[in-house]
Amino acid sequence: MSMTDIEPDETVDARGAACPGPLMDLIGKIRSAESGDVIRLLSDNDQSLTDVPEWAEEAGNELLVVEEFDDHNAFYVEKA
Amino acid sequence: MTEHVVIVGGGTGGTVLANDLADRLEPELDAGDVRVTLVNDDPDHVYKPVWLYVPFGQREPDDGRRSFDDLVDDAIDLRIDRVTDIDTDAQRLQFHDGVPSIDYDHLVLATGSMLEPDQIPGLTEGGYNYYSESGATDLRDELLEFTEGDLVLSVIGTPHMCPAAPLEFVFMADDWLRERGFREDVDITYTYPIQRVHGNPHIAEWARPIMEERDINVETFFNAESVDPDAETITSMEGTELDYDLLVTIPPHGGIDLIEEAGLGDDGWVDVDKHTLEAEAAENVYALGDTADTGVPNAGSVAHYQAGVVGQRLASEIRGRPATATYDGKTLCFIETGMDAASFVEFDYENPPSPAPPSEKLHWSKLAYNESYWLTARGLL
Repeated sequence: MSMTDIEPDETVDARGAACPGPLMDLIGKIRSAESGDVIRLLSDNDQSLTDVPEWAEEAGNELLVVEEFDDHNAFYVEKA
Repeated sequence: MTEHVVIVGGGTGGTVLANDLADRLEPELDAGDVRVTLVNDDPDHVYKPVWLYVPFGQREPDDGRRSFDDLVDDAIDLRIDRVTDIDTDAQRLQFHDGVPSIDYDHLVLATGSMLEPDQIPGLTEGGYNYYSESGATDLRDELLEFTEGDLVLSVIGTPHMCPAAPLEFVFMADDWLRERGFREDVDITYTYPIQRVHGNPHIAEWARPIMEERDINVETFFNAESVDPDAETITSMEGTELDYDLLVTIPPHGGIDLIEEAGLGDDGWVDVDKHTLEAEAAENVYALGDTADTGVPNAGSVAHYQAGVVGQRLASEIRGRPATATYDGKTLCFIETGMDAASFVEFDYENPPSPAPPSEKLHWSKLAYNESYWLTARGLL
């Protein structure tokens, strides 16, 4: 687990959403974000642990850090 | 005092619910203890699954239209108008200037999905779709002339209506072009936003080998960013550019603005308890079908089953009993795998889908259901 002091520009709370909802919510927010913006995605779906890194790499965005909590994860993604 | 149930939206969910309540609450309606009003901005009910067949010349848009006057029980008050404001504190719906407002005791939002192609630059000019009547007929006219080149089917928006329909379209196009002797001259490419060909991993796992067998190219992690109608290219956020001669897309979807304005949820989808379908942000409000943000597919079967649950819950509440009916995520879909074969899936919150082997019987079952849908809309099936 790694805690971060990164201040996200926007947060997407996709807790409770079934796959692929969290990733699609993140993609939707990145779509409207500016280059350099950091989006924080909150997801309690384990599939996000593979979906989000794979998509971030494919799209050239940077997954800065993943914070792990008891009941969800927080993904910090910077738009390229 | 007469309790007033108001249903906004006359798609599958709203229409099935109206007829369900007409039957379920017949004594109260006859006694004047309850009124049920169905509000819709079009005098016709539209059954959208017909549109998949329009581009292939097998159905006409009118096959999916019936007047509410013919479809909805006489015990239901029908109001053809457009709601302009939802006030969940005052429990009141506003209409355009000069049109009397409506007060409700119980509100059901079944306003459904809207297409938002303008989210993607160039899409309105460059892309066809079969998610509207005019889109389906425009695509039909183009497809009938299409005998060679690159056919690209791009799923842009999710969630979108009928998650099976993009797979169905490429399977049907493949078969239809083979039957007509043009398949060797047409490349078909299917794009999807995530790393597999369908949101549900079980359906994706089933569909991918069929696409390989049928020589349907696949581009995953493809989130369309723009379309260039002059150059005939579609470019993704991930940096992939595809040439097309015919572009068919599933445009971005959204709900109606009134829902966000009323503080009921984002993007036009109502935040609900996924079992009771009650809105989380307001009292005496339910949502069903596409409008309810439950995470299950935006499918007619879902709206149909949810309407039954909401009907039971409303009847319990009106009769002063605890509402116990809950929605378990039940979803049922036929999936066309060609022009004369189909698969079938059934699943819920707990049990994943297991697609049935494609068969001609399932294809005819789908077509038979589409005909008997009008019994569903009447609350009979």
